[in-house]
Amino acid sequence: MAKEFVARGQDLELRNIRKEFPGFVAIEKLDLKVPAGEFFALLGPSGCGKTTTLRLVAGLESPTIGQIFIGNTDVTETKPHERPVNTVFQSYALFPHMTILENVAFGLRQRKVDDPLTKAKEALNMVQLAHLAERKPQQLSGGQQQRVALARALVNRPSLLLLDEPLGALDLKLRREMQTELKAIQMEVGLTFLHVTHDQEEAMDMADTVAVMNLGRIEQMGAPEELYDRPKTVFVSKFLGQSNLLVGEVGSSSANSISIDVAGNKISVPKHRAEKHDGKITIGFRPEKATFHTKKPSTNSNENLIGPGEIIDIRFTGVSNQYLIDVPSIGEITVFAQNMGQSPIFELGQQVWISWSVEHSFGLADLPTGDETE
Amino acid sequence: MAFAAFGSSVKVEAKPTKSGKVVIALLAPGLAYLGAFFLTPLIALIMVSLEVPDPAGGYAEYVPGFEIANYGYVISEYFPHIMRSFSYALMATVLALVISYPLAYFIGVKARPWPLLQKLMLTLVIAPFFISFLLRTLAWKQIFSNESWIVTTLQQWGVLGETQYVVGSSFMVVFGLTYNFIPFMTLPLYTSLERLDLRYLEAGADLYASPAKVFRKVTLPLSMPGVISGTLLTFIPIAGDYINASGDFLGSPETAMMGNAIEANYLNINDYPSASALSVLLMGVILLLVTWYVKKSGTEDLL
Repeated sequence: MAKEFVARGQDLELRNIRKEFPGFVAIEKLDLKVPAGEFFALLGPSGCGKTTTLRLVAGLESPTIGQIFIGNTDVTETKPHERPVNTVFQSYALFPHMTILENVAFGLRQRKVDDPLTKAKEALNMVQLAHLAERKPQQLSGGQQQRVALARALVNRPSLLLLDEPLGALDLKLRREMQTELKAIQMEVGLTFLHVTHDQEEAMDMADTVAVMNLGRIEQMGAPEELYDRPKTVFVSKFLGQSNLLVGEVGSSSANSISIDVAGNKISVPKHRAEKHDGKITIGFRPEKATFHTKKPSTNSNENLIGPGEIIDIRFTGVSNQYLIDVPSIGEITVFAQNMGQSPIFELGQQVWISWSVEHSFGLADLPTGDETE
Repeated sequence: MAFAAFGSSVKVEAKPTKSGKVVIALLAPGLAYLGAFFLTPLIALIMVSLEVPDPAGGYAEYVPGFEIANYGYVISEYFPHIMRSFSYALMATVLALVISYPLAYFIGVKARPWPLLQKLMLTLVIAPFFISFLLRTLAWKQIFSNESWIVTTLQQWGVLGETQYVVGSSFMVVFGLTYNFIPFMTLPLYTSLERLDLRYLEAGADLYASPAKVFRKVTLPLSMPGVISGTLLTFIPIAGDYINASGDFLGSPETAMMGNAIEANYLNINDYPSASALSVLLMGVILLLVTWYVKKSGTEDLL
């Protein structure tokens, strides 16, 4: 029974998973493959089914239909304590009646690993909490408890480590620190991490692959850069960062691009960056990709231009200024301008034109319904 | 790490800010009550337990003295009663715990999704209290009476001998004690299990502990406050109980406990010093046992 301390990360595969609870469907249909050693993030708003997915993998829930494989072994019917999986819970769930050291040694003792206390101490050293080994969990701060929970899971060298919004309860500064630390630990131990979060920055910062979940299904999956640069649905474009979306009928199209007419402005998108090439489509662009002009610039086929519009709100966020521009018969457009110190100063009420490169446009597969999560 | 060093900072106790007079005024009724109805009788009891027979007086007349030998006398005379008191109390407490724990676990944990069922089951646990426990105990005596079909059937099956009966046996007394005190065990257990955070159990299962191990390592330790208060609330009153073991109810002279000996000494043979010595003894032993038990279970901070 005593397993070797060093194990390798393993593949995780979910096949055709559906999970129903009395009265609602938490997961519609889910197919997912996480390669060994990868840092995989499941990103989505609360209630999208991401935590349920995690609990299915941990064995704390069982799927209504579908199968779960860990390293080619079907674990669908396996009890949680028999799965080579450990979880860092959102609430940490450190046993309040045990010392920190005993908490960390718990899994090792259950598996009858030799010398559990020494290994538990090593794990506490890794998260730099060895000096608190004899304390009780309730004597520790949130950040410390989070690290103990991480050590308690990692010390078992599971094939798969599940993280259920483990940084949710920490303040911003500590969260950033822990993100760096967590990523470093993952690189060092080479385990497969499945991280569930609703924080898009956290997911993009840490994960090799991000899957964006909404209403019980995966909307889009890919590397963070790819997802951000080329979202395929309205939900992804709004949930991962911010987007300005314009809707119109496809009018003209050239060999490489298609264009829509929005209130008299011709807005183009390269064909390879559009999901749909005819009918009514949505074209989006990121607020930081756009620039202002106080005078109408000469148009150029590589640039999209809308305006004039009126600046109705300016928000200073430190590194950038966020401008909200009301463009008649189009609506509100957001533009971020880097705080370089030398940029022209725009004021509330000023008339501006907005332009961005056609290459930075993206065409989405669906149309905005108006109630997407921002 | 820098933020690790602040964990053990000095605890600042909040200083009482109210003036001393107000505190005394608020405490006075409680202190007066304790003085009049606890301390005074206790001292009186200890004094009576040391009294000696009046050399000039007649039957059941005693004068103040310092007769420690009274204690030696009751210990030797009533040793079987003392042993019975504590062994019955131990058995009934353990039985009540074994019966109550699954019941409380079901009501407090398994029935959480159905609050109505929880309330109904709790009501059923408490409902017997609406009928006097003397009546209920007598009812059991009736059920297990010598002519009842239970006893005749047991005799036919050879479980009981021709002249063996249930009423008057140690079994019957422990049965009655367990029955009468089960709610005192179930309710504290329920209160602590009802607050049990199931996420700890999930964490245990996630860390390779089988359901049995999760129970032993997580559920049971976390419900210890309920176990401790439940066992104290049953053990202490059972050790001093004299109804169940009395010959008028479920017992016989062979099952008499300390409470019955105290009753006999005080009301029948008017040996007040012996009755008082037995009372003091009962109290002292319970105090010692409870202190040892609480220390041993490492839960001083829970009381």
